Amino acid sequence: MSGERFRPARDRRRRVGAIFRMVCLVSIGFSMLVLAILLVDVARDGLHWLSWDFLARYPSRIPERAGIKSAILGSLWMMGLTAAISFPLGVGAAIYLEEYAPRNWLTRLLQTNIGNLAGVPSIVYGILGLAIFVRFFGFGRSLLAGAATLALLVLPVVIVASQEALKAVPSSLREASYGLGATKWQTIRHHVLPMALPGILTGMILSLSRAIGETAPLIMIGALTFIAFSPTSPMDPFTVLPIQIFNWTSKPQAEFHDLAAGAIIVLLVVLLVMNTGAILLRNKFQKRF
Amino acid sequence: MTPLDLGHRASRRWGERLIALLLFGCGIISVLTTVGIVVVLVTESAGFFREIPIAEFLTGTRWSPMYSEQHFGILPLLNGTLLIAAGSMLIALPVGLTSAIYLSEYASPKVRAAIKPILEILAGIPTVVYGYFALTFITPLLRTAFPGTGIFNAASGAIVVGIMIIPMIASLSEDALNAVPLSLREAAYGLGATQFEVSTRVVVPAALSGIVASFILAISRAIGETMAVTLAAGATPKMTLNFLESIQTMTAYIVQVSLGETPHGTLEYRTIFAVGLVLFFITLAMNLLGQQFTRRFREVYE
Amino acid sequence: MATKDLRDRSGDAPDIALETRALSVYYGESAAVNDISLTIPRNRVVAFIGPSGCGKSTFLRCFNRMNDLIPAARVEGEVLFRGTNLYAHDVDAVEVRRRIGMVFQKPNPFPKTIYENIAFGLRINGFQGKLDEQVEHSLRSAALWDEVKDRLQESALELSGGQQQRLCIARALAIEPEILLMDEPASALDPIATGKIEDLIRDLREDYTIVIVTHNMQQAARVSDYTAFLYLGELIEYGDTDRLFTNPREERTEQYITGRFG
Repeated sequence: MSGERFRPARDRRRRVGAIFRMVCLVSIGFSMLVLAILLVDVARDGLHWLSWDFLARYPSRIPERAGIKSAILGSLWMMGLTAAISFPLGVGAAIYLEEYAPRNWLTRLLQTNIGNLAGVPSIVYGILGLAIFVRFFGFGRSLLAGAATLALLVLPVVIVASQEALKAVPSSLREASYGLGATKWQTIRHHVLPMALPGILTGMILSLSRAIGETAPLIMIGALTFIAFSPTSPMDPFTVLPIQIFNWTSKPQAEFHDLAAGAIIVLLVVLLVMNTGAILLRNKFQKRF
Repeated sequence: MTPLDLGHRASRRWGERLIALLLFGCGIISVLTTVGIVVVLVTESAGFFREIPIAEFLTGTRWSPMYSEQHFGILPLLNGTLLIAAGSMLIALPVGLTSAIYLSEYASPKVRAAIKPILEILAGIPTVVYGYFALTFITPLLRTAFPGTGIFNAASGAIVVGIMIIPMIASLSEDALNAVPLSLREAAYGLGATQFEVSTRVVVPAALSGIVASFILAISRAIGETMAVTLAAGATPKMTLNFLESIQTMTAYIVQVSLGETPHGTLEYRTIFAVGLVLFFITLAMNLLGQQFTRRFREVYE
Repeated sequence: MATKDLRDRSGDAPDIALETRALSVYYGESAAVNDISLTIPRNRVVAFIGPSGCGKSTFLRCFNRMNDLIPAARVEGEVLFRGTNLYAHDVDAVEVRRRIGMVFQKPNPFPKTIYENIAFGLRINGFQGKLDEQVEHSLRSAALWDEVKDRLQESALELSGGQQQRLCIARALAIEPEILLMDEPASALDPIATGKIEDLIRDLREDYTIVIVTHNMQQAARVSDYTAFLYLGELIEYGDTDRLFTNPREERTEQYITGRFG
């Protein structure tokens, strides 16, 4: 009876399923392939430029003499300053939200606001940095202005990662500390923060790996692209690796494109090191709980 | 024996209060950031709109603040931005969603553990690198395939932005698919459904609001994307739907002005704040909409 | 691909719906079900009882190859349905599940309308009749029609837990299975809803063979014709329900039904 009532068409359905599975696999494969092509493309163009001289020379109008010393130093300065500004603020905000904040409208507003800031285009942060740090605070087109801008940009990442790490600390630990007569801050400083530290550090590295690749906000605040000296203070003008890459890529001559590829290799290696560090830290962190 | 003293230690109490206040100060920075963005964009734009009527700005079809014959109609920049967003979604939407379905429904745990870090790498590559890739690889490829294509064209920018946001859609959509309870899959299998039918007719519809949220957030990201389109898509604001022509997005325009020698305080300079204001409101609206969908999704399954 | 046609009636014993021969299920190294052989008679209700973790759900899931979905599970032995071993290489699990329906522990309606919940199975399996009629028929069979006939286009998630479970039963019945597997179908429900499900099971016996897993011994006694007692993956005792509960042959069965362990 049921043979007439149902025509399950199993062979056709199986075929459709197999085709769909293949489509999904091709999709995944597409991303892998693009990544491979991108890396090969960059390596082919840029590998032969890589040398000690390339790292140790300042930019030049003559491709053969050009290097990325000022860009590397600028990026290092930028990372250090961004970390110095964003980490205390970000971790402080996370501690406030997780340990101190009452459950009221203000806290909800803070939390929603952090979520929204994460979706604001980075160039809008550049506009903010230009108006506030470069002009209003009078930092000028300096490392400090750039770092303050990038610090605001990565702040949501730092806060959310730190909040996750703090949430993972069991409340029994806090109770044990209170039970011994410790104050709230003593409990946080001596017990909660040390336990949450690996998670917080992972978030910090990831936020810095975002900051080190940012270009648009720094162009906005006026990072110069031709800097033939090493910055010595936070108030100095600067260039960074991504801006050097942008500058060389936007030139019409192919030699400069190859220089850009060389700088991209350096940038990607730095990113790889940072992300590997974050993953190792995360794995170590996961084992402890 | 000294009497029992359970009173507050004054120094300790003030120390604790000061710390709480400092931490609150850190928390309030993020709100100040938002306020700062809005105040800067609105006050600087106000100067612009005193000279150019808002209606002209929003409906004008020519954008040429740097030419002697000045026009301040933002539509060509919006056109360029939407062209990039639409083109990139044409790639990222199907590829991202099917990738998510593969990861969530088909891939073994081992395969997934191998693929997810690769997607994370793709997501972590700086956008200026994608710009380089577009200009030195995708554009030559397009120019071979379509000989009339310009060095700068919307297609190259759209393709590379699409590639850039695939990991975002794949990852957010996979989270949504994973949140669909196993019991729904079992119910469908129990009725004689194939894996394809379970995935596409039960799991995907059940995760739909989460998937839609990932699409909206990805479009918002494509609209705000700057470096790749600045390098690859050109600096020619125009009303066109032709992907092979040079265009200009709102973000690329802002970069162009800030790279130039336009003096601070002039009308030309203030355009970047007006354009930035439009950009900010569009992305903010999309992010809020995306969060709305995410919240709706969480209410059902969490 | 040619798969064995489950409609083939050759070797079909008239009053046996299902038979297992030396059936074992392994999760990795350990056996969740160990060497069980039994027969399920047609148009009867058979209950599997036993303490939690005794393997009764795993055993039940062998009858429609739901264990295929758990990568770590490995099945040995045979399950015979109409003379065909369901675990033979040329048998399609998708077709097995259409013939042998299942109702799960927790109500799991799709987040769609009540109507679409029923129609889903009909659509994918290429139902040739009138959809509306079959939906109504299934809902009537599951004693749910009167409660939902005016709200077929509402979300199934709006129904109460008991109604949701009867909807899941209706959904399974719609594709006209011969056997209905029920995995603790009332464990998530209140006593009144449980009573309705039990009434329904007794009614459905007219047209279906039902295998029900339950941890509730009174429920097994109320609804089933035959009862199997499983313990640590082994079949300890299997027989007529009245006899098993009043006069168990095995000491462990007696200990279990008198509440001395479990």
